[in-house]
Amino acid sequence: MSKWDRFKAVPMPKQPPEVRIHNFDEVALGYSEEQAIMEAERCLQCSNPQCIPGCPVGIDIPAFIKLLRKGEFREAIRKIKEKNSLPAICGRVCPQEDQCQKNCLLGRKGDPVQIGRLERFLADWELSHGVEIPEKSPSTGKRVAIIGAGPAGLTAAADLAKLGHEVVVFEALHEPGGVLMYGIPEFRLPKRIVKAEIDYVKKLGVNIKTDTLIGRLYTIPELLKDEGFNAVFIGTGAGPPIFMEIPGENLCGIYSANEFLIRVNLMKSYLFPKWDTPIKVGDRVAVIGAGNVAMDSSRCALRLGAKEVHIVYRRSRAEMPARKEEVENAEEEGVLFDFLTLPVAYHGDEKGWVKKMECIRMQLSEPDESGRRRPIPIKGSNFLMDVDTVIVAIGRRPNPLIQQTTPGLKVAKDGTIIVDENMRTNIEGVYAGGDIVTGEATVISAMGAGRRAAKSIHEYLMNLSR
Amino acid sequence: MYKIVEKRELAPKIKLLKIFAPEISKKAQPGQFVILRVDEVGERFPLTIADWDAHTGTITLIFLEVGVSTRKLGELKEGEAILNILGPLGNPTEVKNYGVVCVVGGGVGIAAAYPVARAFKEAGNRVVSIIGAKTAELLILEKEMMAFSDELYISTDDGSKGYKGFVSDVLKSLIQDGRKFDLVYAVGPTVMMRAVANVTKPHNIKTIVSLNPIMVDGIGMCGTCRVTVGGKTRFVCVDGPEFDAHEVDFEELIKRSMTFLPEEKLALEYWEANKKARG
Repeated sequence: MSKWDRFKAVPMPKQPPEVRIHNFDEVALGYSEEQAIMEAERCLQCSNPQCIPGCPVGIDIPAFIKLLRKGEFREAIRKIKEKNSLPAICGRVCPQEDQCQKNCLLGRKGDPVQIGRLERFLADWELSHGVEIPEKSPSTGKRVAIIGAGPAGLTAAADLAKLGHEVVVFEALHEPGGVLMYGIPEFRLPKRIVKAEIDYVKKLGVNIKTDTLIGRLYTIPELLKDEGFNAVFIGTGAGPPIFMEIPGENLCGIYSANEFLIRVNLMKSYLFPKWDTPIKVGDRVAVIGAGNVAMDSSRCALRLGAKEVHIVYRRSRAEMPARKEEVENAEEEGVLFDFLTLPVAYHGDEKGWVKKMECIRMQLSEPDESGRRRPIPIKGSNFLMDVDTVIVAIGRRPNPLIQQTTPGLKVAKDGTIIVDENMRTNIEGVYAGGDIVTGEATVISAMGAGRRAAKSIHEYLMNLSR
Repeated sequence: MYKIVEKRELAPKIKLLKIFAPEISKKAQPGQFVILRVDEVGERFPLTIADWDAHTGTITLIFLEVGVSTRKLGELKEGEAILNILGPLGNPTEVKNYGVVCVVGGGVGIAAAYPVARAFKEAGNRVVSIIGAKTAELLILEKEMMAFSDELYISTDDGSKGYKGFVSDVLKSLIQDGRKFDLVYAVGPTVMMRAVANVTKPHNIKTIVSLNPIMVDGIGMCGTCRVTVGGKTRFVCVDGPEFDAHEVDFEELIKRSMTFLPEEKLALEYWEANKKARG
């Protein structure tokens, strides 16, 4: 093991790229006890810690790190779980570099404390040593319906159940977990981890009803009037994929990233034909976009046997929205990056399969409203790229069904639901949070919204006359 | 789990399942569908709800065994259960009194046409139904369609029953005979719906088709079922399943529905081989 250095993070053991591109097993292997304690030793235990304000769910980070380095793992995970019911998930997929670790004092001179890795270590330790179910408050007799079993809904459900409310989560898909199950690949977030943490939420007394689409089977007014719920939380997340609306986009071989990832992750088509859902990946794959979803898609495509995978992005490296870590992983695995390139049309064969992608070169000009330099097409720079599979990963719109079936619900122009600072919608007893309110964001920000909503719903319920 | 309370074979490879699904049975409307998953490793796939009964809490599904999923579904016995059923999905048929409505059902699509014909009839329309199949023994729901049709025409590809030819040929001759329709509603194989659209378009008869593309989640998340309608990309699962037939790009739909043909064949072979191995 390397020498301890206050300013250098203990490296995360990983599967080597040449091995991992042939399997769907987890890439990052996690710290050993020794490595975790070594990393925890680096924490300065600041008297005015800057990490806590960076955490959307407000975990007392220095406190859990202090317990960890004393080897008191049980106490340490308990400390995390006071604020976060899904730590094994967050430890893996939170963008810590933009949150808790961003303002770590050590980061000014060297590497910040690897808070996410430590969180993951403790959560994994607990999963293998037995998960503790905390004591719940006595039953309040109040019932809450949660729509969507993704990060926002599960967090709100766990918090409300702990407070003694009866919680039913309605999930449209056959598995709870939302994006954690259908979106994030196995090699980044193993599904057994997601299932274990959902199992914890269930053990808190939360009832999860799958195969139930609210808006069709029951509307929100029906939940409140006929089904006897006192409050509703909407956590329906992001839904329909956005396409570029360019010629040829409906040719065979062109997937939305959502379709591609749902097939691979939720339907396990990487195990086809053992699992029935097929997927088809050709030799030359283009992934449009450069966010985390694009990285996930490109890395899945490699593992499914693609010879060449290109990330095609209209801006440059500096503007990529994906986490640095994910970009590095993709590059290590051999994903190629075509910057300043924008698809303008697809050309297919007589059977309707995509064969060529027509692109135009871009250049960067003045910064736009997002603060990033605006890409502008270079006239006459069109060229053709051979492709047999295209994955469009340029984002998704909010799920529209609840908005369409809830009369009077206030909705913004972009289809997101409008809430106040307490996550209240304009309808009494109806709350919302996560991507359905913010548009596409992160797992942890949705969890933060779930927490805030739970607190607000609790106050509302306790003030209801009996 | 959704228990099968009744199972019948309507024709070779065409089966009817009555399934205990009380919540869906209370909410189902004509034109809507469900997404099923037969077992743990199964695909998600759509089937139109052919009938429902809120009193017994059952829904009825009718399907043709073609691929691995429908074969698995067809193997389930009374008393056994389907792992997942999600529904009702899709926008219901716009049921109102149009006047004279022609309901066209082809093959197993007659199962989807049936609740729509019934609803049109109950809404006061004069219902003229045309149903067809490859051959007489594959024709389903004749009696049921009769019960809610003022007139019923039958065609078979081989002429073994009714007119020899396609349902679209029957429709064409009715129109040529001067019959006036305020609405034509067609459901069946995509090529059949395209043929119906081609028949009605020159006469400017409003025509609705119920599309049945490949779907995965069925709730608007994946875009697998996208189709071009009036030059715009629409998702059949949430924007449909019914669209103006004269606006649908059927060529694209047919090509897209063949995306996974080799894989579907492989999956079926794999399943059959394993079934043999299991005995």
